[in-house]
Amino acid sequence: MTPTQPLPLDDKEIELLRFTTAGSVDDGKSTLIGRLLFDSKSIFEDQMEALQRSSDLTGKGDINLANLTDGLRAEREQGITIDVAYRYFATPRREFIIADTPGHIQYTRNMVTGASTANLAVILVDARQGVIEQTRRHAYIASLLRIPHVVVCVNKMDLVDYDEAAFQRVYNDFNMFSTHLQVRDLTCIPISALKGDNVVEKSDKMPWYQGPALLHYLETLHIANDRNLHDPRFPVQWVNRPQDDAFHDFRGLSGQIAGGRFKVGDEVAVLPSGKRSRIKSIYTYDGELKEAFTPMSVTILLEDDIDVSRGDMLVRPDNVPYVDQQLDVMMCWMHEEPMRVGRKYAFKSAARSGRCMIKDLRFQVDIDTFQRKPDATTLELNEIGRVTLMTTAPLAYDAYSRNRSTGSMIIIDEATNLTVGAAMVCEPIKEVPVLEEA
Amino acid sequence: MISYYLSNLDTLESESIHIMREVAAEFERPVLLFSGGKDSICMLRLAEKAFRPSGFPFPLMHIDTGHNFPELIDFRDRRAAELKAKLIVRTVEDALAKGIAVQTPGETSRNRLQTPTLLAAMEEFKFDCAIGGARRDEEKSRAKERILSFRDAFGQWDPKNQRPELWSIYNARINPGEHMRAFPLSNWTEMDVWRYIDRENLEIPSIYFRHPREVVRRDGQWLPVSDLLPLRPNDEVRNLNVRVRTIGDISCTGCIESEATTVTDIITEIAAARVTERGSRADDRRSEAAMEDRKREGYF
Repeated sequence: MTPTQPLPLDDKEIELLRFTTAGSVDDGKSTLIGRLLFDSKSIFEDQMEALQRSSDLTGKGDINLANLTDGLRAEREQGITIDVAYRYFATPRREFIIADTPGHIQYTRNMVTGASTANLAVILVDARQGVIEQTRRHAYIASLLRIPHVVVCVNKMDLVDYDEAAFQRVYNDFNMFSTHLQVRDLTCIPISALKGDNVVEKSDKMPWYQGPALLHYLETLHIANDRNLHDPRFPVQWVNRPQDDAFHDFRGLSGQIAGGRFKVGDEVAVLPSGKRSRIKSIYTYDGELKEAFTPMSVTILLEDDIDVSRGDMLVRPDNVPYVDQQLDVMMCWMHEEPMRVGRKYAFKSAARSGRCMIKDLRFQVDIDTFQRKPDATTLELNEIGRVTLMTTAPLAYDAYSRNRSTGSMIIIDEATNLTVGAAMVCEPIKEVPVLEEA
Repeated sequence: MISYYLSNLDTLESESIHIMREVAAEFERPVLLFSGGKDSICMLRLAEKAFRPSGFPFPLMHIDTGHNFPELIDFRDRRAAELKAKLIVRTVEDALAKGIAVQTPGETSRNRLQTPTLLAAMEEFKFDCAIGGARRDEEKSRAKERILSFRDAFGQWDPKNQRPELWSIYNARINPGEHMRAFPLSNWTEMDVWRYIDRENLEIPSIYFRHPREVVRRDGQWLPVSDLLPLRPNDEVRNLNVRVRTIGDISCTGCIESEATTVTDIITEIAAARVTERGSRADDRRSEAAMEDRKREGYF
């Protein structure tokens, strides 16, 4: 077990961890979340009272912790979870944001949404059932969205007599197929959400398990390296030009640093124009900074008065992203009306909005088997595939695997304004010169 | 050597600034809803951080129920003047007089009546986005609210048909007549708000701190005695040291017994609290879906 870290001396040391939870129906996901909230004393008396009131109404007697997250009337009436729900709890070390995604309806769409902001995914597996098709699907999405850490919670250990072999079987199965995926950090924990084993407190029923309880793991996991601190990227969100005469010469470029670090004096290039300048100062309300890093929101002033507007990106000239009009993405389709090859859509990527055309669907992925289906001609709701896009103007981007901010896009239907697709940019395929035969 | 470490509050602050700037850049006529309450006080500081040294790229607007704690209105006006921000006030009183809002018999709280008042004001000024201080941890139907939340031409929210919201990319596209609500504090908790007030040394209205007040016990909470709360025969008026945890219409804002005189005291008190802040709002206790129903109609 990891040695206990000393408690932080003040609020400044409290970190934020965002995680998403995935499980099939009846894997005990809501019970697990309820257990984390309840045992960490994040459920309050009035919430408990409200739960009690609703359970009295359904006449089922037991308090259903799912009622804590299933906030909408239709959800309670139908006993289902419709949408991603966000939950918050804190321990003295960390604050947590849980993106809780439903297990069935609109599954892929919701899990992709919840996964997009997560540092960590908790995947639940029923110890009696082991790894099933849905587990593979959850793992695939966690991998596709490049969630840096994955925790497999083997739940309902109480129903298999806390048997080590049952746990080991899941662990081995998961390890086996996850070699096909991009999972950087994988951990397995045997738990019983219902009984509370290894959730908040370490269980004494599984002496064969040497690792930490789930909450301890969530509290101590190293997450500072999840950010990309290497590739400086600054999407310009808003140009700050005060009307006030006192700031006559102030022309600030406001935005949130999407990657890396920027220092006063750094040479920068503006993309897509390629014009260069140096950073004169980094302005914030709390005073000027010598250096700023991701994900800080700052205002950068340049030495030269060059043309920069919303949607442009500041980078270092010796570390540039791709700038192109054609790019391949992994597309998750999120609307009933299928994606059509040849159709034009609007897109948004960081602070950049534009139009694009679907040039080609290279293949669809069967997310249960990880098999490619090259014959697919459209992507339906909840389907995922590799798509070639053509944008109407050059776009600066990184591969999603390098940077989740500069490598992601949303696709918008221009007629309805609905968000219909989520796209993760692929590393461009290098043109390999064809060898002439001798 | 710089540590490249960002605390929870710094992370949340940066996210909120990013949201505010997206709203300023994407909408033609945004407005920031300012009530003088603790959440909107944080929002003003975030707006300063997002847009200084420029002025705010939007006016402030208060939908005034007329059922206020008087301390709050003084505070509201003074704060707007200090920040050199334009403040618009639209009142429920006025909306009632014009027939825009209609009171149901026996309805004492005016929180519901803020909805038609707000929608009429959005229409009057052609606002296309209203920035509000709602947080997802407040109430469970809010837990599924988007950061940028779409409202149709009737101001309605359709919780079953929300746009998916991924990464930190916000789809701000709307047609004329439709509008958005933006919630930069979505991911903040009550504790974050108080820690931020503490860290930034923000002034808050005096009613958040301990003060003596005449109160009566109703439905498990202490309600302030005012002209707007008709006393019942059995009511026993008590004079207690109380403070408010959240501020709404005075007729339904419960007070809690408290000895807190500083923000630090409040933080300590909340850390030990066993009831959520919405638990002190009588309007949310009416039914399990009370908030959802008000939100569907276009409430904040």
